[in-house]
Amino acid sequence: MSMTQQAAPAVDTPPAPGQKQSDGRTRQRPLALRLLARPEVGVFLGAVAVLVFFLFAAPPVRDGSSMANILYQSSTIGIMALPVALLMIGGEFDLSAGVAVITSALTASMLSYQLTMNVWVGVIVALLVSLAIGAFNGWMLVKTGLPSFLVTLGTFLILQGVNLAVTKLVTGNVATDDISDMDGFTQAQKLFASTFEVGGVNVKITVVWWLVFAALATWVLLRTKYGNWIFAVGGNKDSARAVGVPVTFTKISLFMLVGFGAWFVGMHQLFSFNTVQSGEGVGQELIYIAAAVIGGCLLTGGYGSAIGPVFGAFMFGMVQQGIVYAGWNPDWFKAFLGVMLLGAVLINLWVQRTATRR
Amino acid sequence: MTSNETGTHGAVLKDTPPAGDRPLVELRGAGKSYGNIRALHGVSLEVHPGKVTCVLGDNGAGKSTLIKIISGLHQHTEGEFLVDGEPVRFSTPREALDKGIATVYQDLAVVPLMPVWRNFFLGSEMTKGPWPLRRLDIERMKKTADEELRAMGIVLDDLEQPIGTLSGGQRQCVAIARAVYFGARVLILDEPTAALGVKQSGVVLKYIAAAREKGLGVIFITHNPHHAYMVGDHFSVLRLGTMELSASRSDVSLEELTNHMAGGAELASLKHELAQVRGVDVEELPEEGDLTAPVATSSEGKS
Repeated sequence: MSMTQQAAPAVDTPPAPGQKQSDGRTRQRPLALRLLARPEVGVFLGAVAVLVFFLFAAPPVRDGSSMANILYQSSTIGIMALPVALLMIGGEFDLSAGVAVITSALTASMLSYQLTMNVWVGVIVALLVSLAIGAFNGWMLVKTGLPSFLVTLGTFLILQGVNLAVTKLVTGNVATDDISDMDGFTQAQKLFASTFEVGGVNVKITVVWWLVFAALATWVLLRTKYGNWIFAVGGNKDSARAVGVPVTFTKISLFMLVGFGAWFVGMHQLFSFNTVQSGEGVGQELIYIAAAVIGGCLLTGGYGSAIGPVFGAFMFGMVQQGIVYAGWNPDWFKAFLGVMLLGAVLINLWVQRTATRR
Repeated sequence: MTSNETGTHGAVLKDTPPAGDRPLVELRGAGKSYGNIRALHGVSLEVHPGKVTCVLGDNGAGKSTLIKIISGLHQHTEGEFLVDGEPVRFSTPREALDKGIATVYQDLAVVPLMPVWRNFFLGSEMTKGPWPLRRLDIERMKKTADEELRAMGIVLDDLEQPIGTLSGGQRQCVAIARAVYFGARVLILDEPTAALGVKQSGVVLKYIAAAREKGLGVIFITHNPHHAYMVGDHFSVLRLGTMELSASRSDVSLEELTNHMAGGAELASLKHELAQVRGVDVEELPEEGDLTAPVATSSEGKS
């Protein structure tokens, strides 16, 4: 009876290690099946298939510089696909992600040019604006309980209009002025849009950032509290809240993470082209979402990885450039993407059903 | 495995002596209105350490509202809510958890697609390392979860399997083991046996008894008087948002409890109507006079 007065937690002596018993109801599934249950395996196989296909169909792809070009193309999609994927695992998606990139670039460009300040001022303010847009999306979502489709569709339309109207108002043109001769430009260009040489091949720095961000996102997702919370709020928001997960914080911060990605890609565009076209970015948000879905993230949340979207973005870059290298009409690109997306979704569905079956 | 042995059927029915006079959780005339709908009114309840307080009621009786108030999901709009004798008003479930009030919800508050061990520690993850590199202590979490589950008699081959692949009873036990491990002093169980078969219900009831033996105060919400009577020390019956019965084990029999639960007085009057329909056997139904158990509030059942 001395046990009865004792306060929790339980201090029962666990059974001695060694006498590990099993419940005898689950058979160890074959390794291949268990591997297939990982969200990124399907897309990895897909990416390999697309790569092999174009290595045969388009001989120029075999060249190192073409591969660097393909990776660059993939990285501009991939950097954004990462936070979009995390957000998707967290159960939401962001339709304003595409135009938010342009908003960020426009902010930095026009602010530094019109006020003739160091470009770094523009870069910092653009970061704040991007984070604020993300926070607004998240805050609206959490406060109203509306689906993220509606909230971010609103933001998408607002930003699209503001991008065009404000740019015309300020510059009298649809594009911003060239900022390449301004203070701090070369410095910022080094960070966001420089090129370095590896074994005689010129590689864009965004490829490095892409892989660094992917590694970071994977670590956060699988090895930190915050990552655990992302899966939880996407998998079952109410349960997560009931066991003490800060759902509001997690959702808003995920939207702000997308804002950060939009800022980074926006800065890359600004410092590689020196000017920004205010009407761009429309439709890009769907490319990011598609890359995340092809990467094995569940559109309804709670399942996915950060590595998957890396391969997803690579497939996009590969197809986009591969069609050009193969000498085909680039108009086929979108059709190709659609087929890839549907294929990936079907494969994911099949893989999940067979591999997670009890 | 001490607790499991004491949690056998014989020990279940034995009352444990009170561990203290002051209740861990107390409601005094508490109520809750949603707009102009009064979901709960004038409910008084005490939870003592080492006791199981059963809350019974039909669908829509206000059971869920009651536990939502205690677990911090909703705030009460009338009366008092005291923890350790001090009035409280929780705005988040986290605050209730910090006071040692853990709830195992009907939907179990688990994330089906997440592995068992991640679910076990969700919201209270173990970490290691200094801040920018602070990371989950996966080894320790898996080991602890495995030990805790084995101590509760749940043996799982693979803690990496999504919790959604476990059976209802196993999931329930994982949720209870989690609450007990995280230092719950008060355990609220929302219809833990509702969706379970006979054998699995027995397993869950065993853990309720085990939790009581460990000195926890348990609030056991159910609409099954048989399950309640197996482990309960005190019984409260809710009907249409008010308290119909509040009695300790010595004051109420299983039969009376069942009658109250089934609608009590209403059923007795229904008997007269049914008696006029051919083919309905009314002999076994109770008369109004049979319901002799003390009634807590003079409830007219108005809503």
